[in-house]
Amino acid sequence: MSEEILFIPREVTTEENFAPGHRACIGCGEALAVRLVCKALGKNVIIVTATGCIEIISSLLPQTSWRVPWIHTLFENVAAVVSGIESAYKARIRKGKIPSKGVKFVGFAGDGGTSDIGIQALSGAMERGHDFLYVCFDNEAYMNTGIQRSSATPYGAWTTTAPVGEKRPLGQMTWKKNMPEIAVAHRIPYVATACPSYPFDLMDKVRRGLDMAGPAYIHVFSPCPTGWRCRPDISVELGRLAVETGIFPLYEVVNGEYHLSIDLPELRPVREYFKHQGRFRHLSDDVIEEIQARVEADYKRLREKAGLE
Amino acid sequence: MGRIVGLEGSFAVAEAVRMVNADVIAAYPITPQTHIVERLAEMVANGELDAEFICVESEHSAMSACVGASAAGARVFTCSAGQGLELMHEVLYIPSSMRLPVVAVAANRALSAPLSVWCDHSDAMSLRDIGWIQMFAENNQQAFDLTVCAYRMAEEVLFPAMVHIDGFYLSHVIEDMELPAEEDVRDFIPDYEHPFVLDPDKPVSMGCYAPPFIYPETKKAQEVDFEATKQKILKTWEEFGRIFGRYYSPVELYRMEDARIALLVMGSLSETAMLAVDEMRDAGEAVGLIRLRLWRPFPFAELRAAVKDIELLVVLDRAISFGMGGPVCSEVRSALYNLVERPPVIGFIGGLGGRDISVAEFRYMIKRARERVNAGEEREDKPELIGIRE
Ligand SMILES: Cc1ncc(C[n+]2csc(CCOP(=O)(O)OP(=O)(O)O)c2C)c(N)n1
Ligand code: SF4
Ligand SMILES: [Mg+2]
Repeated sequence: MSEEILFIPREVTTEENFAPGHRACIGCGEALAVRLVCKALGKNVIIVTATGCIEIISSLLPQTSWRVPWIHTLFENVAAVVSGIESAYKARIRKGKIPSKGVKFVGFAGDGGTSDIGIQALSGAMERGHDFLYVCFDNEAYMNTGIQRSSATPYGAWTTTAPVGEKRPLGQMTWKKNMPEIAVAHRIPYVATACPSYPFDLMDKVRRGLDMAGPAYIHVFSPCPTGWRCRPDISVELGRLAVETGIFPLYEVVNGEYHLSIDLPELRPVREYFKHQGRFRHLSDDVIEEIQARVEADYKRLREKAGLE
Repeated sequence: MGRIVGLEGSFAVAEAVRMVNADVIAAYPITPQTHIVERLAEMVANGELDAEFICVESEHSAMSACVGASAAGARVFTCSAGQGLELMHEVLYIPSSMRLPVVAVAANRALSAPLSVWCDHSDAMSLRDIGWIQMFAENNQQAFDLTVCAYRMAEEVLFPAMVHIDGFYLSHVIEDMELPAEEDVRDFIPDYEHPFVLDPDKPVSMGCYAPPFIYPETKKAQEVDFEATKQKILKTWEEFGRIFGRYYSPVELYRMEDARIALLVMGSLSETAMLAVDEMRDAGEAVGLIRLRLWRPFPFAELRAAVKDIELLVVLDRAISFGMGGPVCSEVRSALYNLVERPPVIGFIGGLGGRDISVAEFRYMIKRARERVNAGEEREDKPELIGIRE
C-alpha cells in the first residue's frame, strides 16, 4: 500500500483550491501544507476548519481563499461538525433527497485544536467511525494567539507561556504529546505523519487517507518561522531537518501495520535542526544531549513497530 | 385523524421528531432529558424513523454535529438540560448567527452546585441572548405541538428554535393528549431546501472571520431578520390552529376579562396557577393569569396589551439572577417601563431545584403582593423567595 506512488510532479494539478492571496506570514509552512493537501483533496470535498492560523489567514470577510465548500465554527469542535456533515449526507442520500456524488469530508485543525482543546471531539468522531479525513497541521504551539505552548510544543522550546527565565531556564518542560499514536490507539484504518518538505509523500498520504473507508488521521509537521523564531526562507529545509534528525519521522499505520515512509540509516544530530531556531537558542548542551537520547530511543521504538529492528 | 393517547412528555417530543422526519439526531443523555434520546434511539433502531443517530461524546459535540448537519441541508434535532445546555452554550450562538434552522428541546433543569436534576429555569435563563426562537410549553400536548411548530418556524425564517419543557413535570409525566395523523404533520412540515448548503457543486465559505469594519453590520442584519421572525411565528401558529384545532399566541391569557390583578408565569407552573385563579375567582377576586408562551423574540406589544387595564402584576420566576432578582420579572418590568401608565410589578422567586409550588402558594403571592401595595412598597425591586424554610 505505502509503496504505491499516486502523485508525480507532472501530474499534480496546477489548480489551487486553496487560493493564493491569503494572509499567512512569509514562509509559512502551514499555508504550504494546506495548499498541497488541497491539491490532493480535489474538488469533491467539504472542509471544516478550526479556529487558528489557517482560518484567520483564509477567511477575512468579505473574501475567502476556499474554492471548495468550507465551514468554520469554533476552535474545539471540528471533528463533531464533520460528524454532522457526514451524517447529513448519509441520511439524505439514503432517503433519496440528494444523489450520491461521492463527496468526501475533511477536518483541518492546528496542534492546539487537535491535541488539546479538540481532542475529545476528535476521539469521539474516530471512535464512532465516521467516514472522514482529519488533518492536524502541527506548528508546535498556539500561533494564532501569539505563540503560546500547546501539548505538542517540543521539550525545551521557548513559547510565550513557557518562557525562559532565571528560575525556569528550560521553556517547555514537558515532552511532546504523541498525537498520531493516540489516533492509532483508536484502531482507525489509516494514520500517517507527513511534512510539506516532502510534497509528493504528503499528497499520496492525503489521497490514501481520503480513499480509506472510515476515519483517517494525518499529522502534518508545519514549520512556522514567526513562532519558531527563524528565517522565513528555511521552512522547507527545517521540515527536512526535522525528518532527518528523527525528530519527526514520516510513517504510515495502515490497519494497525506500521511502515516507515523514509527509513534513515543514520540520524543527523538534533543540534543541526535546533541551531536555526531562536526558540531553542537557550538550550544547554546537557539538555540537547537529553533530547538526542530521547529522539534516538523513540526512533528505535518506531523501527521496531515497523518490523525493522 | 388524530387519536388520543397517554404519553410521557419526552415521548411526545420524540413523536414530533419522528413525524417531521428528521434526518440527523445528535444528543447526549442528561436527566431529565434522557427519555427523549432513548426513545429516538429506539425509533431509529426499529426503523420507525429513518435518521442518522449520532451518539456524540458531549453536548458541545451534539450541537456542533447539528450545526454541521444543518449546514449540509439536513433536518436536525437535539435535546438537553441543565449542565448539558451549559456545556453546549458556546455552540448555541453559531446556528443563530449562521442562519441554520436547528431545532432543540430543553428539559429545564436547575444548575449545580449543589447538584440538582430537578426542574427550574436557571438553564433557560442563561440562554436568553443566544438568538434562537424560544418558547415554553406547559403540558405534553404543547410539548408536541410546539416542537412541530418549531420546525416550521425555523425553516421558514432560517433561525434555530428551542422549545422549553419543564424537566420531570413534563418530561416524565404521562398525560392524555392528541397525536395528530402523521400525514397532516408531514403536510404541515414539508421537505425544505436551505438556500446555501455545503455542496461541492456550489462552493460556499461559512463562518468567516469578521474584523470591526464588518462585524457590526452582520449583527445588525441578524437583529433585523430576527425581529422579523415574529410575523412568521404568528402565521405558523395561526395555520397550525386552523389545521390541528389548537391555537397558540405569544402571550396567552386566562380569565383576564376585567381582572384587576394578574399573575405571570412560564412553563408548567401555569397549570397550577390556573387552578389558583379559578379558586380566587370563585371567592370573588378579580384575578387572572398571563402565560408567556414566546420568550424570544420577546412579545413586547402583546404583553403591554395584556396588562393595559390591570392594577397589579405579579411575576413568578423559576430562577435567580444573583444580585439582580428574577430574570423574567426584570424583563417584564423593562418591557413596561416606557408605558406612561403601567401597573406596579411585584416579583417572586420559587420552584427552584424542583420544589413544588402549590395553589396555596399562588394565593399567598397575591395576598403578599396586595399587602405590599397597601404598605406603599409596590415599586420596590426586591423579589421574595417563597416556600423557603428559614
Ligand atoms: C474556546 C476557545 N478558547 C480559546 C480560543 C483562542 N484561540 C483561538 S486559536 C487558538 C490557538 C490555535 O492554535 P492551534 O490550534 O495550534 O493553531 P495555529 O494557530 O497554531 O495554527 C486559541 C488559543 C478560542 N478561539 N476558543
Ligand atoms: S504564525 Fe506561523 S503558522 Fe501562523 S500564519 Fe504565521 S507562519 Fe503561518
Ligand atoms: Mg499550532
